[in-house]
Amino acid sequence: MTILVDQNTKVLCQGMTGWAGTYHTNRMIQYGTNIVAGVTPGKGGKSHIDVPVYNTVKEAMLVTGANASCVFVPPANAAAAMIEAIEAEMPLVVAVTERIPVLDMVRVREALKGSKTRLVGPNSQGVLAPGVCQIGVMATDRARPGHIGVVSRSASLTSEVVAQLTTAGLGQSTTIGIGGDSVHGMGFAECLELFFADPQTDAVVLVGEIGGSDEQEAARHLRANGLQKPVVALVAGQYAPPQRRMGHAGTLTLLGRGDAGNKIAELEEAGVIIAPSAHLVGATMRDVLAKRAA
Amino acid sequence: MELHEFQAKELLSRYALSCPSGHVATSPDEAENVASALRSTDLFVKAQIHAGSRFRAGGVRKVRSAAEAKAAARELLGQKLVTQQTGPRGQTVTRVLIEAGVPGARELYLAIIVDGSAGALMLMGGDGGTDVEERSGRGLPPLETLLLGSGGEMKSGDIADFCRRLGLTGAAADNCIDVIRKLHRAFIELDASLIEINPLVVTGNGDLVALDAKVVLDDNAMFRHPDLEQLREPADFDEIELKAQRHQVNFVQLSGDIGVVVNGAGLGLATLDLVRAAGGVPANFMDIRTTAKSLDIAQGIGLVLDNPRARVLLINVYGGGMQPCDTIIEGLGIAIRRRGRSLPIVLRLTGNNEELARLRLANFNLNAIECGDMWQAATRAVAIAAGRA
Repeated sequence: MTILVDQNTKVLCQGMTGWAGTYHTNRMIQYGTNIVAGVTPGKGGKSHIDVPVYNTVKEAMLVTGANASCVFVPPANAAAAMIEAIEAEMPLVVAVTERIPVLDMVRVREALKGSKTRLVGPNSQGVLAPGVCQIGVMATDRARPGHIGVVSRSASLTSEVVAQLTTAGLGQSTTIGIGGDSVHGMGFAECLELFFADPQTDAVVLVGEIGGSDEQEAARHLRANGLQKPVVALVAGQYAPPQRRMGHAGTLTLLGRGDAGNKIAELEEAGVIIAPSAHLVGATMRDVLAKRAA
Repeated sequence: MELHEFQAKELLSRYALSCPSGHVATSPDEAENVASALRSTDLFVKAQIHAGSRFRAGGVRKVRSAAEAKAAARELLGQKLVTQQTGPRGQTVTRVLIEAGVPGARELYLAIIVDGSAGALMLMGGDGGTDVEERSGRGLPPLETLLLGSGGEMKSGDIADFCRRLGLTGAAADNCIDVIRKLHRAFIELDASLIEINPLVVTGNGDLVALDAKVVLDDNAMFRHPDLEQLREPADFDEIELKAQRHQVNFVQLSGDIGVVVNGAGLGLATLDLVRAAGGVPANFMDIRTTAKSLDIAQGIGLVLDNPRARVLLINVYGGGMQPCDTIIEGLGIAIRRRGRSLPIVLRLTGNNEELARLRLANFNLNAIECGDMWQAATRAVAIAAGRA
């Protein structure tokens, strides 16, 4: 089984008619994702790459029964697009857009409070249930259906970890990119709980990095609520210079918070197994599962 | 985008935050003129660099006359100031801020940051004077905090309570509420990601004056503030990084000899970790964004080739849906052709269009040592840089 998405997921794409939206919507369709609508204000009534386009999320949901949205809208209007989807009570919103102003994301978080929406991202590669549904821009060539959940702050390391898992003979139930920005939707803790509740997921890989406090919050959550399945973690950036933004906005370690050593210590204390090196995540998971089966 | 102290104070003064009287100077003579106009025997000459911990590094001088201000400015201007936050290379001082001293009864720390986990703005306050990074090390109590919204609306009661927790009463408490409102409004209107006032001095009659101010603006929001873009000032190392940015490449110069080419921020961080674990030191961090085309990538790789310290190129690529392997190799080939300089290439290549990329490599006549995984690639690159392979 999968989390967040399944074979009944109907996806609409906000910003589908733009360059990136067109390219990635095509990829998703090729993968087998059920894309039912595009939303671009002012282009309603037309059709683009054989997908009907609507002016608003609400209208598109009403007509097509879409239950997930993928946001490709450029930075200046991305927050407004997310808020529109939240107000339309879209169950799942996956935001791919990067470089969104941080205060705009604070406004999105305010809109999320008490809403019926789960937000993944922004600056996320998306959600992939191998062989079932792709919402986002991730590489899919090495992903295989299986029983390992992957939750990550990094798109590139997710591809890497998925390839290592597949090489180790371990398929994936669902992979989720929570995004590289400091203010974002779902965090590690929420995703871990969904994987724990999924009977088809045996274990989870958590891919963290320097900056922010998502890993520490996950650790605190696990200490308080218990570790119900094995979790293997990788925390990238142990040797990165502090106070520099390393690609992701969220890697900036402002005010001394968010260094890798602290994250690793807290995760270990919560019972998480730390992969000894970035190239050994798949092998570590294989060993953990073998030991448990023995 | 980080602002200088004088720029931060100028911006915050527009919101009626009170700062000491003073002015910026770029020469000793100018410093002398500013100092004499201030008509005070309690003066400060402060180096304007993009880093904290200036006081302890000798970047802030207390002087008593215009002549002394001139002498202090002569010493500071043109100097490379090395503080705990600049890194060993330091930053060159091109401006000094001359200000009149403000006698105070107490020094406060006040800051607004974006709290990622709460998804809100966070107001922080406490006793001032010390760098916030050093607080826990010195056993100081944690800062008081209060979450603020994005709309400028605030419950007065909460802020009044926050000021009480800082130990403020009477006029000082009222003035602090006022200062917090101004900073909150400034934060939102300027699209800041950090405003820090340290110290905020409380005078004998309860007035609050910002002795130092740090403002960081959100680079992602600069499209809303073309007027603030002119405050950008490339620091010593920034010019290369800005050039990389223009070509969709995130780049940070580091001190080692292993040039690193990676697509993806997380993979880039992991590659640095592997190089260090293998006993080497990276020459740079690189994250080629998925939006980069082969000509952009060529510009990014050119920056690594331009670094005279780099002795080897370690290329770690995961070809994704939008940026297949061959696009990166195309960029590599163009960069090497243009520069007429190459380095030994250690390559780890996997994912979309892997085979096509190998073909392109051969077309460009490039010899690369290909490794099966990124650990093998890192150890190989380290060995080559050390002259062991």
